[in-house]
Amino acid sequence: MTAAETYKVDAPETVIDVHHLTKSFGGRKVVDDLSMSVKKGRIHGFLGPNGSGKTTTIRMLCGLLTPDSGNGTCLGFDILTESDRIRRRVGYMTQKFSLYQDLSIRENLEFVARVYGLSDARGKATAAIERLGLKGREKQLAGELSGGWKQRLALGACILPEPALLLLDEPTAGVDPKARRDFWNEIHALAANGLSVLVSTHYMDEAERCHEIAYIAYGKLLAEGTVDEVIAGTGLVTFTVSGPGADRLQAELEHAPGVDMIAPFGTSLHVAGRDAAALEQAIAPYRDRPGLKWEKGEPTLEDAFIDLMRRSEDNFK
Amino acid sequence: MTPAPSNTNGNGSPGGSSFGRFWAMTVKEFIQMTRDRITLATMVMLPIMQLFLFGFAINTTPHNLPTAVLMRENSDVGRSILAALKNTDFFEVKTVVTRAEDMDALLQSGKALFVVEIPEGFERSLRRGDSPSLLVAADATDPVAASSALGALSGIISTALENDRQVTFTEPVKPAFQIVQHRRYNPAGSSTLNIVPGLLGTILTMTLLIFTALSVTREVERGTMENLLSMPIKPLEIMLGKIAPYVLIGLIQALVIIGVGVLVFRVPILGDPLSLTAATALFVITNLSIGYTFSTVAANQLQAMQMAMMFFLPNILLSGFMFPFAGMPNWAQWIGEALPLTHYIRIVRAVMLKGASIETLAYDTLALAGLMAVAMLIAVRRFRRTLD
Repeated sequence: MTAAETYKVDAPETVIDVHHLTKSFGGRKVVDDLSMSVKKGRIHGFLGPNGSGKTTTIRMLCGLLTPDSGNGTCLGFDILTESDRIRRRVGYMTQKFSLYQDLSIRENLEFVARVYGLSDARGKATAAIERLGLKGREKQLAGELSGGWKQRLALGACILPEPALLLLDEPTAGVDPKARRDFWNEIHALAANGLSVLVSTHYMDEAERCHEIAYIAYGKLLAEGTVDEVIAGTGLVTFTVSGPGADRLQAELEHAPGVDMIAPFGTSLHVAGRDAAALEQAIAPYRDRPGLKWEKGEPTLEDAFIDLMRRSEDNFK
Repeated sequence: MTPAPSNTNGNGSPGGSSFGRFWAMTVKEFIQMTRDRITLATMVMLPIMQLFLFGFAINTTPHNLPTAVLMRENSDVGRSILAALKNTDFFEVKTVVTRAEDMDALLQSGKALFVVEIPEGFERSLRRGDSPSLLVAADATDPVAASSALGALSGIISTALENDRQVTFTEPVKPAFQIVQHRRYNPAGSSTLNIVPGLLGTILTMTLLIFTALSVTREVERGTMENLLSMPIKPLEIMLGKIAPYVLIGLIQALVIIGVGVLVFRVPILGDPLSLTAATALFVITNLSIGYTFSTVAANQLQAMQMAMMFFLPNILLSGFMFPFAGMPNWAQWIGEALPLTHYIRIVRAVMLKGASIETLAYDTLALAGLMAVAMLIAVRRFRRTLD
């Protein structure tokens, strides 16, 4: 897919700028006092466990949900009063495939083109089909496509009206690694032209492909910044222990004071803590165990997230 | 791909026209409609099937009603009444009994719907000019069948007795006045002539309500609504776009029904075909709007379907299709006035059978238009552009 060189995006420098967004469903706060901003041309990763409020936030940004309180702008338009204008300029890709399964690829694309009032809907659809590599299959029903192709088609439909901002809700869930890589290359190419992207994901490798990330849990924004900033922000010191029997240490160290996070990675184990001295003390008895190799390392993004998740559980449970 | 297309205007105002978005929706709905072959086939077959069922099977002027005769005396008069009954289409004399208990048993078991009792001494009283009574017991659980047959009975018997010259009435009574019946517009009193126009409205109501009742809930259930709502299309455009393809279907259905009615059942179209078309189009759109309104209220397709059925039932019962409108109590008539089928049946009967034109039916036409406007207004206001 080489949609990249397509169009120059006309948008303000800050494409998303929202403050204190709150949304409750049935008395439960799904999004709680969330503020965030996304710069033009940046890929902003949106991370957090299931049910943390990512989808709700995205829906508030594109006018599909009205926040209970809070305000802000999306592409410079007020999210409370100018959702019609936002709709025209934002491409929203839903978590579940939401094009028409009983329409063909071409019919779906033409429908989108017509709804957005593009001139020459037929021609635009043809161009999109070629770009997507679906030439010759344009009469196939969307419902018959595989997961990866559905995702490509959905993205193709999303960028057809040339939006200034893409809101992608877990776009790569259930898609194979090759298709995921292609997808991300496409996203980066689009961003290089000034298109801004807010993408929610569960995958660490995808998070690391984002310019900036935001971590949300229980409706609250817990961390925001570049990958390095988020990792540094957790203040974790990490040791990696490997060797025979390293994985068995988990049970022994799990509740030791000073150990804030422990996670197995294959045959090795990541042991991390925010207090370096306490952590060293906790692992001291095991350091000389024969066969084990201890290494002080940098925490990974995953370490940071698991730690954030743990802490948020402690705070909100 | 060409760079920087012209439609990307920085101010974010929706590109294209309202008509363009409506048209996008119409095309989409039309394609989806044609993809669903079974439903499409049902739409065409259903009217034909219903029309044949109603047209041929249902006749409010019944024939061959199972009848028994209770002969308390064996007389010439009795035999000639029996012969007269056997000669008519109305009655089919199944049994002749002589005991009252048998008569009760026949009625109760349903073996006979009528029992004509010729009492003892009937002939003698008759000849004496005593004007004796002839008892007719009818199973009135079906009042329609009973009443029309009862009405026919006295005529049959008096003609029989006169023709046979068995009896000469001593004092032929001349009534003070005579009533001359004139069955206008349907001289033969054929119920098919009444049923076909009514059925036209009923079938249209049933099918059209369901089509649009499912349209919004289907999008919600399939998850496509979220995508649709995130696009710059307005509720009115969505509604009209979803209704438009079915207007065509409704008109095709009407054409099929009227065609079969004219060709097979010999129902005339005395009035102006243009008036009929205009009224039908209005009625079709009204029903589609009402179905669409249900669709915006219901949470899922099943609920929408049930709501459509709930609305359909009073339409059938209170519109004058099944039972005479004028015979209903006032409150029922008021409900009837609020139903589109009531007005449409009046219009169609008037245009097809009485040769009226739409101008003389201004009240019913305006009522239909009013109902349509109300339904559309509710639908557009009910339609939620958010997922809140």
